[in-house]
Amino acid sequence: MPALPLDEAGKYVAGAYGVFVTLLLVYVSIMGMKLQRIEREIQELIELAQRRLKEHG
Amino acid sequence: MRAIAAIARKDLLVELRTKESVPAMALFAVTTFVIFHFGLDRDRLEGELAAGVLWVTLLFAAILGINRLFVAEREQGGFDGILMAPIERTSLLIAKAGALIVYLVALELIALPVFALFFIDQGFWDAVPRLAAVILLADLGLAVVGAMLASIAVHTRARDLLLPILLLPLTVPVVIAAAAATKPLLSVPLETSGVAKWVAVLALYDLVFGLLAYAVFDFLMED
Amino acid sequence: MIWCSAFWPTRYSTSSWRIDLESTLFGRGLKPLAVATTVLLATTLALVFFYAPNDADQGFIQKIFYIHVPLAIVALFGFVAAGVMGAMHLRTRDDSWDARSYVAIHMGVIFGVAVLATGAIWAKGSWGKWWVWDEPTLVSFLIVFLLYVTYYPLRYSIEDPQRRARYASVFAITAGAFVPINFIAVRLAENLVHPRVLNQTAGDMPGEMRLTFLVALAGIALLYVTLMKLELTSKNARRQLRRLRMLLEDERTGGAAPPPVATVPAKPV
Repeated sequence: MPALPLDEAGKYVAGAYGVFVTLLLVYVSIMGMKLQRIEREIQELIELAQRRLKEHG
Repeated sequence: MRAIAAIARKDLLVELRTKESVPAMALFAVTTFVIFHFGLDRDRLEGELAAGVLWVTLLFAAILGINRLFVAEREQGGFDGILMAPIERTSLLIAKAGALIVYLVALELIALPVFALFFIDQGFWDAVPRLAAVILLADLGLAVVGAMLASIAVHTRARDLLLPILLLPLTVPVVIAAAAATKPLLSVPLETSGVAKWVAVLALYDLVFGLLAYAVFDFLMED
Repeated sequence: MIWCSAFWPTRYSTSSWRIDLESTLFGRGLKPLAVATTVLLATTLALVFFYAPNDADQGFIQKIFYIHVPLAIVALFGFVAAGVMGAMHLRTRDDSWDARSYVAIHMGVIFGVAVLATGAIWAKGSWGKWWVWDEPTLVSFLIVFLLYVTYYPLRYSIEDPQRRARYASVFAITAGAFVPINFIAVRLAENLVHPRVLNQTAGDMPGEMRLTFLVALAGIALLYVTLMKLELTSKNARRQLRRLRMLLEDERTGGAAPPPVATVPAKPV
């Protein structure tokens, strides 16, 4: 079967690499959101610990 | 060894008396053949189509039986009994797989003649010896993997939904090999070349998963 | 996400606190790993588009090969590795091995989505159809993918955390053993009818292509490991935070003396 002309084949190749990059970026953003949640939780726990220290101290 | 025989005998006696699984499996298989007749709009089948219809039907009928394999143990505390008795836990696996093979053979004793009756014109009896070997090897693989997965699925929440989706991908090599081995046997005229290769694949599958299930089953039985 | 709560239990008895506060650190070496990954992937892109020659038969579209095949190989190896990690979990009873096994499968499934998507695009460009049964690696991969997707409902539907981890490990081992057998079976089956077309370059690749492929493979492999570490670190951090929260909240409301905090140093991965 004949090879596709460059401009058509280029779209497919771009599509394939684009899918890969997109998945990677989606994953990184989900990781980012998880990190944000972790940071918020640390903040809450710090406040909780400070409150406890005040009660006991 | 005696433990295995005892457990297997218990299961087979229960099945003989209640006739729960095998008649349902057999009825399912026969009805599925009828559905295939209408779905494919064919009066007779040969070669790869015959092999495909046969193996898909046998596989789905087997799932019916596998689903129920550990239900009694789960509901009546049989697992605790096995854990407390001074026997190897893998006895349960071997006994269940053995019982399952008996169910499958019983199923095939009914389903195969019906299949030949519905779809095969000639040459079926010549094919039977080799076909029986292929079917037995495939049954062994299905029984081992089915028993192992059934013991996993029975402890989960959605057990009869989970078992088929766990089992079906794992049985793809069995279907590939069994159907490919059956295809020349059900061809007109009958051929026997190429069957040996697929029989080897089935044997490999049985060996690998047999050993694996044996090695791993203890961990499934812990409390 | 719901899978997260199915991954680690959220209720513990007081007696398990001491054990849980010592924990493995998953984040060691993450930065050099990430740097190496980036360098390799960037090099791969450069090699693919500026160095490797165009395939004689397939033309420019063959370039997808450099992303599709490494993703598939790494995903499959990851699945097999997950089985090994499951075995380690069963042997050592260490929950961190269960964590690694879970994340290895998780990454494998994500990479698997990328494999199937890039494979479909390649098929569409080469054959005009979005799916072809001709390529045994792709078909075998689909079956493996379908199997591993069932890992999530399996984990989710077991309530007891000990049993969940054990059963997941058994599944990981079984599925890991399944990968090579399935590959062999599908390969044998497809050879009968269809000649392999999409991957013909595998045998007689010119040197430039081979180099590019190897760099791509290394880059994707490192990407897999990096993302695994990232995911493990994040999951572990959240789990430790949950423990910490329970520790703090319980001491606030309860009157009993708090359990002594174990000062065992954390074990690195």
